[in-house]
Order: sequence, then structure tokens, then C-alpha cells
Amino acid sequence: MYELTNVAKSYRKGGTVIPALQDVTMRIDDGAFLAVQGPTGHGKTTLLQMLGGLDRPTSGSVVFNGRDLGEMSERELTDVRSRSFGFVFQTFNLIPTLTAQENVETALVPLHSDSSERRRRAMEELEAVGLADRASHFPLELSGGQQQRVAIARALVRQPEVVLADEPTGNLDEAMREEIMELLVSLWRERDRILIVVTHDSAVAARASRRVWLRDGRVAAPEIVDTASA
Amino acid sequence: MFWTYLGRELRRRRRQAFVVALGLGIGIGLVVTVSSLSASVAKAQTKVLHSLYGVGTDLTVTQQARPGSGGSARFGFGPPTRAQSGQQFTRDRALPSPGRQSFAASRVATIAAVDGVGRAAGALELNMIHFTGTFSFSSGGTGFPSSSSGGNGSSARPPVHVSTYTLDGVDVTTLGVGPLSSSSLESGRSFRPDETDAAVAIVDQSYAKQHKLHVGSALSIGGTTFHVIGVEADSSSSADVYVPLARAQGIGDAPGDVNIVYVKAANASDVSRAQAGIEAALPKATVTSSSDLASQVTGSLSSAATLAGDLGKWLSVVVLIAAFGLASLLTVSAVSRRVREFGTLKALGWRTQRVVRQVMGEAMAQGLLGGLVGIVLGVAGAFAVVAFMPTLTATLGGFGGFGGGGGFGGGGGFTGAGSGGRTGGPSGFARTVPVHLTPSVGLEIVVVAIALAVAAGLIAGSLGGWRAARLRPAEALRRVD
Repeated sequence: MYELTNVAKSYRKGGTVIPALQDVTMRIDDGAFLAVQGPTGHGKTTLLQMLGGLDRPTSGSVVFNGRDLGEMSERELTDVRSRSFGFVFQTFNLIPTLTAQENVETALVPLHSDSSERRRRAMEELEAVGLADRASHFPLELSGGQQQRVAIARALVRQPEVVLADEPTGNLDEAMREEIMELLVSLWRERDRILIVVTHDSAVAARASRRVWLRDGRVAAPEIVDTASA
Repeated sequence: MFWTYLGRELRRRRRQAFVVALGLGIGIGLVVTVSSLSASVAKAQTKVLHSLYGVGTDLTVTQQARPGSGGSARFGFGPPTRAQSGQQFTRDRALPSPGRQSFAASRVATIAAVDGVGRAAGALELNMIHFTGTFSFSSGGTGFPSSSSGGNGSSARPPVHVSTYTLDGVDVTTLGVGPLSSSSLESGRSFRPDETDAAVAIVDQSYAKQHKLHVGSALSIGGTTFHVIGVEADSSSSADVYVPLARAQGIGDAPGDVNIVYVKAANASDVSRAQAGIEAALPKATVTSSSDLASQVTGSLSSAATLAGDLGKWLSVVVLIAAFGLASLLTVSAVSRRVREFGTLKALGWRTQRVVRQVMGEAMAQGLLGGLVGIVLGVAGAFAVVAFMPTLTATLGGFGGFGGGGGFGGGGGFTGAGSGGRTGGPSGFARTVPVHLTPSVGLEIVVVAIALAVAAGLIAGSLGGWRAARLRPAEALRRVD
């Protein structure tokens, strides 16, 4: 469970301070599927970075399961990321020199599991996303949709409490977009995790249990919309 | 995962990895070649010194001749009589080594007693002039040919042949120290300790070849017939002919004298102490250490040593710096191109040190590959340099020089001319020997090459790792290529 209180993040560019997030306060319960929407450059990705422990707020607090991520040391934050969060990126971010299976295994490296255990779990996860037969393929040998499936398998292989997806369908065509969202939603339902998706796409957002709009780095009214579509 | 990731990444960047490895390879190869050449030259210098002074000789003790000493060069015959006209003559004239004063062999014991001295052996080195010709009588009464040009004199007179060679009288009871200590024999045997006054001789390989001598041949020196008992395998030895010391003293008319003492220190660390002790015991003596001897080696071998030592080392340093710079630059640039990749790994929970280790590993692998290429190129270069290098010569001389009036004066060196150096011409007592370099790639050179490769990997990897360590995981989300 998350509790965000007056979270602000600003960047300094030259002599100018650019506010990316301002006064964001919200609570995200366990099992929620939250869609974060808003125009480009209005703080969606910055919010995702705060929630994923990839960056620290300039002020305010991001409390995850009772611990303020902003107050943690770099090592503690790395540990939390490796155990509790799974990331899905718009551009898939697969390692081009590693096979699909090895890419999934990279998420298990910080957990220090042995190689045979890593292989077994990676194969199970690839099976779950329907790509067991492509385990030995390199990213460039896979379609965009298949690459994103590998990325989802990588995000889920260590059974994280939260899956954070940044425009997961942004680089896919419409048919593939449906397929990927279907996969994400079914896995979310099946595993009862927090799923946070940043998206431009209202169709994608419509599948979420809750939606939040960001404008100029602030949560716009109505602050949080509960949807019944999920 | 570490090795799989490393291997695949290097394969993906194989062109860059090849450029880095080749750059480092050229730099390291140059170091290997130059080091090998230096080692070869040093080995050749040592070999020259050993062949001239014997293996294990730490010090030599000589005494400088007083200016004007040496007497006239009398050859043992006056103007021929009418009755001698047309008769063949053969004469040997022994001259002490130029610039050296003979001294009593009893001083060898004095030297041996000095603290720090292990063993000492005296020797008498003589320069021999050998005349053969035919007497011719002329009414003017000065029938001895004045020319000694070693060939045809006046066309009206029969020819007089003059040749020179060096003769060493060695202490056959102490052969472990001195000029014969390093020699191996091509044929025959060495002196026996009981042959202190035997008419036996060992001859140098090239001298034997020149004069068609072999084991069992008879060799006439100063009217005495010596039996050749051995032929030296090395053509760069200190003398042409070796005889027992007592025999050399007889030939040189220097009974009980020596003009050089070879000294072996009790321990390697005792050399300086022994040198100081001998200098104190014999104030007039010149005590020369092996490093002093090395500095006396001149000729193209010395030039090669200077070339390898100065130009070669600087060239290697410059090329190495360039190669290290190239490797570092390409590694940092590769990390910069992989910002999203490393950011993603950090987002997945990889610790910074794990990412840095990956970058370091890749740089080290490139460095070691460069080291391997360097060793191959360096060894090939060392063989190529030796193969295409003209034959070098080493000259060890400058002990003194001919003064006027047939005597020996001090100062002013002379060097040999003509083929074979010291046996070349009448004035050719300096020792110039041809030197054949052999490539010398020892374990230490390979270790240096690997150390350089590791250093290159560490430097490039550290810079790349530093760049990778500074990456924030948020870059994985922000960066869209």
C-alpha cells in the first residue's frame, strides 16, 4: 500500500527550477489497478519514478508498506526495487545481447538465486506470457508485442508486490495493444498485485479500477475516479 | 550471467573490441619487442664479456703501464749475412698487452686473501707478432726488409709475412675463474691441473680454422712446439691461443709475472667490498668490475643497446599512452551508448557495483585480448628485428696505444680493423667480435605484457565504471533512443 503526502519534485535546468510534480497526495491500496493519465510533460513518468523508488521527491513523502522511500539509503532502495517492484517500459528495454529467457533472468540476478533456479523460473514466466517457444530468441528476432511480453515476464518473474508500467502499449499497434493490456489485466487479477499504468490511451485507462489525472504536475479534479470497468 | 553477458556484449561490439585490442596490442607488442631487444642486447653484452673475461668473473685487476714503458720492438735478428741470404726465417715476438704493466704473480695470493674475494686467478695476456720470410742480402748491409705491410714488400725483395695473434697464459690449476671458465670446447679437452708447464695449447675456433689447426696439430710458438689439445667452440673468446701460465711467462720473458688477475667475489653482495679491499691492498692496481667492463663495450652492439634503451622505450611509452587513451575513450563512449541498458538493470535492482563489475569485466577482457595480441605481435617483432638487423659488432678496447719508437705509451685507445677484429691487422689488438642476437622473450617480458594489459583494462574499466556508477536508474524511463 502506498501513501503519498504532498509529494513535489523539481529539476534544475541551468538556473531555472522546473517543477515536475507539485503537492501530490494520494493513497493506493493493495490490489489496485491505477491508471495515471495526462498530457505529455505533465509529470506522469516522474510520478512513476517516485512510486518505483527510481528517484526521490524534492519534498513530501512516498510511504510504501510503512516505509518512506525518500528516506531510504541507496542500498535499501535498490533492495526494495529488486524485491517489491516490477517495471514494464514503453520501449521494452530488453538487453539486446541476451535471449528472451536470459532477459527474464536478469530480474532474478539481484535475488542471488542459482542459475538452474533462475532458468526454471524464467521459463515458467515465459510460459505464462505464451512465449516459451521463443525463449532462446534474441529481442531483435521478436516482434514488438513479443518483446513487451518478455518485458512483462521479466517484471513478474520475482512475484513483485507492485507492477509499474510506463506507456506499455505506446510502441505497439492497436491489435497488439489489446493483447498486451489483456495480458497485464489478467495477470493482475490472477496474482492480486498493485498495477500502476501510465498511459495516454483512454482505452487502456478505462480498464483500470482507478484513474488519476495529472496536469502541470498536480492531480487534477476529479482527483481519483473509481471505474467499474475492471 | 556475468560471462554470458560479457561475451555477447564483446561479440556485439566486435569491431570496437578489435580496434581496442589491436591498439593495445600494438602498444604492448612494441614494449615486448623493445624489452626483448634490450634483453637480447644485454645477453649479447654479457656473452661478449663472459667470453672475454669468463663467466662468474666479478672483477679484473690490472696495472696501468708507465708512459714510455715497453721497450723497443726488437725482433731477435739483425741484418742478414751473405751466408744467410735466401734462407727462410720464422720469428715470434711477444709484446705485453698494450697499456698494461706486468706484476708479480705473488700478488694473486694477496688479492685472494682480501675480504670478500672468493677465488682469484692470474693470467698473462700477450700480443704475438709472427714473422715469416726469406733473408736477402744487399751490399748496403741493411738487407732486412723495412716494410712490414704483411705482404709484398719491394718487388726486388722476397716477401715477409707478418701476422698477429693473442696468447693467454692461464693458471691451469684455477680454470674455474678466468677466460676459459665460460668456454666450451668444440673438440678435444681442457687443460689438466698437472699441466702447469706442459707444451700444450687450446686454440680459438676461428684461429684454428684460419690456420688449419685441429686437436693433435703442432703449433710453433717462439721456437717451441705446442700440441693442440682442444679447440674452443666460441669464436669470440678472449685470445687466439691459450697455453699454461708458466709457458706464457717463458714466451713473454716475464718469469713469475702476470698482467691480469680474474677475481670472483665470495658472494654477489661482496663485489663492492672486494673491489674496495683490493684497491686498498694494491693502490697502483686498476680494479674493474663487470659493470665497468660492460660500459667499455662499444661498437654497433652498444648503439643498439642505446637505441633500444632510449628511443625504443620512449616510443613504447607514447604508443602505450595512445592505446590506453583509445581504450578508455571507447569504453566510456560504449557506456554512454548503453545508458538505458544500465539504467534498466539498476531499475531491476542490480547494485551499482554489479553494473560496474560488468563494465570492468568487459574492459579487462578487451585488455587481455590486447595483451595476447601484443605478445604475438611483440614476439613476431622481436624475431623480425633480429632477422633483419645487420650483424652487430662489439668492440672492447682502449687499454692503451702504441707510443713512438716501438714502445707502448699510455692513453689513447686503438681499435681493431679488418675482418675478425683482433687478428685483422698489425695494429689490430683491440677486440672486435661479431655478435649474433637471438630473440629473448623471457617469462618476465610476458608478465610485463600481461600486467600492461591488466592495467589498460583497469584504467579503461575504471573510467567506464565511473560513468556507469553515476547513471541513475530513472534514466531507464527517461531515455528514449
